[in-house]
Amino acid sequence: MNLNLKVWRQKNETSEGEMKSYVAKDVSPDMSFLEMLDVVNEELIMKGEDPIAFDSDCREGICGTCSMVVNGVPHGPQRGTTVCQLHMRHFKDGDSIAIEPWRAKPFPILKDLITNRQAFDRILQAGGYISVNTGNVGDANALPIAKDKADQAMDAAACIGCGACVAACKNASAMLFVSAKVGHLGFLPQGQPERDRRVWRMISQMDKEGFGNCTNTYACESVCPKRISAMFISRMNRDYAMAVAKGECNNL
Amino acid sequence: MKLDAKIPGGPLESKWSRYKEECKLVNPANKRKFSVIVVGTGLAGASAAATLGEMGYNVICFCYQDSARRAHSIAAQGGINAAKNYPSDGDSVHRLFYDTIKGGDFRAREANVHRLAEVSNNVIDQCVAQGVPFAREYGGLLTNRSFGGTQVSRTFYARGQTGQQLLLGAYQALSRQVALGKVKVFSRTEMLDLVVVDGYAKGIVVRDMVTGKISSYAADAVVLATGGYGNTFFLSTNARGCNAMAVWRSYKRGAGFANPCYTQIHPTCIPVSGDHQSKLTLMSESLRNDGRVWVPMKKGDKRPPNQIPENERDYYLETRYPSFGNLAPRDVTSRAAKLVCDAGRGVGATGLGVYLDFSEAIGRLGRRTIEEKYGNLFEMYERITGEDAYEVPMRIFPAIHYTMGGLWVDYNLMSTIPGLFVLGEANFSDHGANRLGASALMQGLSDGYFVLPTTIGNYFGSSKKFVPSTDAPEFKEAEERVIGRLNKLMSIKGSRTPTSFHRELGKLLWDNCGMARSEQSLKTAIKKIQVIRDEFWKNLKLVGATDELNQTLEYANRVSDYMEFAELLCKDALERRESCGGHFRVEYQTEDNEAKRDDENFAHVAVWEYKGEGKEPVRNVEPLNYEVVKMTQRSYK
Repeated sequence: MNLNLKVWRQKNETSEGEMKSYVAKDVSPDMSFLEMLDVVNEELIMKGEDPIAFDSDCREGICGTCSMVVNGVPHGPQRGTTVCQLHMRHFKDGDSIAIEPWRAKPFPILKDLITNRQAFDRILQAGGYISVNTGNVGDANALPIAKDKADQAMDAAACIGCGACVAACKNASAMLFVSAKVGHLGFLPQGQPERDRRVWRMISQMDKEGFGNCTNTYACESVCPKRISAMFISRMNRDYAMAVAKGECNNL
Repeated sequence: MKLDAKIPGGPLESKWSRYKEECKLVNPANKRKFSVIVVGTGLAGASAAATLGEMGYNVICFCYQDSARRAHSIAAQGGINAAKNYPSDGDSVHRLFYDTIKGGDFRAREANVHRLAEVSNNVIDQCVAQGVPFAREYGGLLTNRSFGGTQVSRTFYARGQTGQQLLLGAYQALSRQVALGKVKVFSRTEMLDLVVVDGYAKGIVVRDMVTGKISSYAADAVVLATGGYGNTFFLSTNARGCNAMAVWRSYKRGAGFANPCYTQIHPTCIPVSGDHQSKLTLMSESLRNDGRVWVPMKKGDKRPPNQIPENERDYYLETRYPSFGNLAPRDVTSRAAKLVCDAGRGVGATGLGVYLDFSEAIGRLGRRTIEEKYGNLFEMYERITGEDAYEVPMRIFPAIHYTMGGLWVDYNLMSTIPGLFVLGEANFSDHGANRLGASALMQGLSDGYFVLPTTIGNYFGSSKKFVPSTDAPEFKEAEERVIGRLNKLMSIKGSRTPTSFHRELGKLLWDNCGMARSEQSLKTAIKKIQVIRDEFWKNLKLVGATDELNQTLEYANRVSDYMEFAELLCKDALERRESCGGHFRVEYQTEDNEAKRDDENFAHVAVWEYKGEGKEPVRNVEPLNYEVVKMTQRSYK
């Protein structure tokens, strides 16, 4: 099949960008979306033109590197799928496809479809961990954890930190990302001692980075490639309220 | 090249505890005067950087990804081994040690492997303390599953995302140290050279992948945790960005390269679908707990799998290896798949595939149980192939997955360059000629959390402290060298892309130095590699400039290393005139096509020494002395 692509091209962080048109020829339905772009890029290089810069690494949906908006939807039309796992069998000959980077102020565009997502790292650094040094911890089975709690923690921990939730949100809110980590550690007994401090610090950092607030549209949940539930946001709000009520903000 | 493994004396079981009791220490006030460079933020790198930071050292850490959390350890699916013996099925440190030595076809160093087995239990404790959500029983205790090459259940797992959860644990520990100011992380920064001053590793040269700026960093020691070289083969299960630059360029600065021919071909990958293919995707080995591998009895049987009756199917692993069945180790399973496909009984459009069938397990356990255990893997399979593996069997085929070879290290994990430490897949030490499933995660975290933090103190405590200025001539020479290479790549202005060269090289290697190797195929490959390399340097086409974000240039720079490294890989395979583990020479096989080792002549580590551009490298040898284990023919029958 042949496809008409409209792709965001931007030379660097400070330059202006624009949509440019390309034709992807002889696309096989077995190709992944990124392999289709690889083929377009090979042609561009042969023509001496700058290939379309985009992020990808594992190409099996787990590293969270790939990040592009396909026809207005982060990671494209297939639910629960990163764009690297989206295959061309979901498109048909003659389709027009618009490809853009994540758009959110805290994720500045570095080139074409590549953005800087270090704001997520800084949110994690603010408290997304259990403060335990290496060595001399107890035996792993000394602390039984109910299976449903462990399973819920795992549901939240499945977040790959790609940022699609932010890209989909009209407020560029990072609440789904933050709540996934708060939820993961909050379900576990090991996470309890720092529970108040963690949620307060991570949300403070999130605000500082310029991410917006949640207005319950569930756009984040619907595009999340790991189907992280927005229920974790409600849980985080409760934790946050508790932390504020307990005066956590005064301790920091 | 002097190869002193520095294995501590005394009985095997007490070497590591004795080492810890006797090694030099650095007092807490002095630790903050030492700085360490860590390259790579996978399981080994992130755990090492975090632990060194906790201990008080100043750490600077580098990764090519946009965040430390994305290193390729994240893609490990199945699990992590430990000798906890929670299921009470007879496991022990000794048994894990023995299985690993045997799995590696008796080509690993006893003392290192025993230490790995000892430390494995601490790794699980540590991860649980960090909040890694391992799978649990209803009673709240941890559960285990079994993996290839073992007869006990010792594998801990977090659904099909164990690597992700362990890496996030290490990344979170790392993030905590970043917040405390003990670790500084530079992402989108690639190491291009190692700097050696007066014989000691003292720094690195890096390229900022956003601005293209070349700069240098100096420290008391350098730690490489940069993964394997599987991407030399073009198609592998590695991430797109995985590369061999750090280890290869360190080799060219004097670090010995051990056993490059030990490459692991993983039996359960999704088969290639066409020329556009950019990578191969693994289906976790854990699937072989419940999936049954088969091909049609008849050659060229094109019927859909569900229409082939039971008595016309060949469950070849179950018949060939009755005691291990579908859980035979990876090298053995891969070769068995090659044999049936070579015999014309392969399945799928290309004939390069075998079935992995879950219908029996779904009948026995119910679809829900299978979904709970492997749901995400079935989904991944559906995304890629468009097929529903609950209804039709998966098609799988072997692919390059892991590399057991790597930079040579002694018991301290230090290379032949003092002050250069190498961890995880990047070193050669623990898996011999074949790695067992769920042992890579175990090794990465053992090296990073427990081994290096001890041994690096011993190094600092026993050598003179000095950190050169990055204005020193050694740094300037290295910077000029890498800038010269980048400019040279840009100036060729030929007519072929880096991908086209890489694909050609990869196919040549897969055909001649893949699952089966012969003297003739290897000699052919070596000759052709030289031809491709010559053309690469005459006919490469790049666009853009060096001082900007330029993915084609990054890639070409990595491919330029593969062009050199591939030759060493083939040379090593040529010189090792025996079959062992992942290295299968067709000239050396038993009557029933199993690998035939030659312990008399090859029970050693081959360590290659760089002698300069255009000069033949020298093959040095570290003999493997087995004090406890008796070498036997490895049988899984």
